[in-house]
Amino acid sequence: MARSDVQLMLDVKAGDELSFEILLKKYLTPLVNFLYRMVKDQAAAEDLAQEVFLRVYRARKEYSPSAKFTTWLFRIATNLALNAIRDGRFRQMQISIDTPRDEDEQVIEIAAPENRADDRLIERERNQMIRGAILALPEKQRAAVILHKYQEMDYAQIGKILGCSESALKSLLFRAYETLRVQLALLVARPAAQPAGEGKQS
Amino acid sequence: MSCERVSNSLVSYLDGRASAEERSIVEAHLQSCAACRERAEEFRRLWDVMAEAPAVEPSFGFDARLRQRIAAEARPRLWSWLVPSPRLAAAVVVLVGLSIFVSVKPNKPMTTGNSTVNSEEQFRMIKDLGVLENYDVLSNFDALSDLPGAQPASGQPEQTPDDPGSGNGAS
Repeated sequence: MARSDVQLMLDVKAGDELSFEILLKKYLTPLVNFLYRMVKDQAAAEDLAQEVFLRVYRARKEYSPSAKFTTWLFRIATNLALNAIRDGRFRQMQISIDTPRDEDEQVIEIAAPENRADDRLIERERNQMIRGAILALPEKQRAAVILHKYQEMDYAQIGKILGCSESALKSLLFRAYETLRVQLALLVARPAAQPAGEGKQS
Repeated sequence: MSCERVSNSLVSYLDGRASAEERSIVEAHLQSCAACRERAEEFRRLWDVMAEAPAVEPSFGFDARLRQRIAAEARPRLWSWLVPSPRLAAAVVVLVGLSIFVSVKPNKPMTTGNSTVNSEEQFRMIKDLGVLENYDVLSNFDALSDLPGAQPASGQPEQTPDDPGSGNGAS
């Protein structure tokens, strides 16, 4: 029977290094993606992810299962990311279609043989617009949106991570999505209103 | 209900996590408010658009780098647990080293001629060690073998049993 995350962490606390490996494998990709959406590039996200896992490892002796493991993990990650952004360690990405993608980014792409170069260019531009709009949000709104939309966490958990009430979180999320709706109006507009050549063609 | 009051429940209504009460309030408002209906529709499309943003895979070697950092972190911690003071640790290391050096040195094989002679002398000494240890007993061995006759007093000349002057000392 698979052990819960809390049980795995308690086993790490008891000195079982293998349990730490299991947690690392399980949360490495979600954590790197969360941080990648919070900061400028993948290298910065991975530096922060390393720091998060190191902090988890360092805190193993003091770990007490007062909350879900993911709440604890993402709270550490969010605090580190917010501090790093506020310190100015990671510049915010500018919304620009000219911004080249980072060389070390390993984006999961499902290659479609019929994709032409211009389709890929349009897709890349759309992705950069989305990413840029999210990165342009105020930090707390950004974290809330990423945890809600991409990590699919519930309100109680996001509230604990960000240190706010559910009602405050709902208000935060509404404002964030409202900003994104305006910023990405070109992509969000009804398909009939889209100019020719914009968006994905089926 | 005003648009502003409904707005906080709109996200949870759209993601399906709203309570039954919240849901009925939002649904009632959406039926009467075209602007909020439009907004709700655009939120849905926004989420579809956001889902297009690709995920990334951690770079090759991330695990290895992390393991290295954890190993580097674990080493000094273990050391500090074993030995609270670096000076004490250094002193212990020096003492252990010296004791090993001293205990190992005489057992080294000796190859020179002089060394062979020395070791033969040492062997002879060791062989005679029992004699040296029991020297007092062995030095009086003759006297003991003559028992039950009287033993000579220490410092007096040794007398034979045939000596007529023995016993009373008077002529």
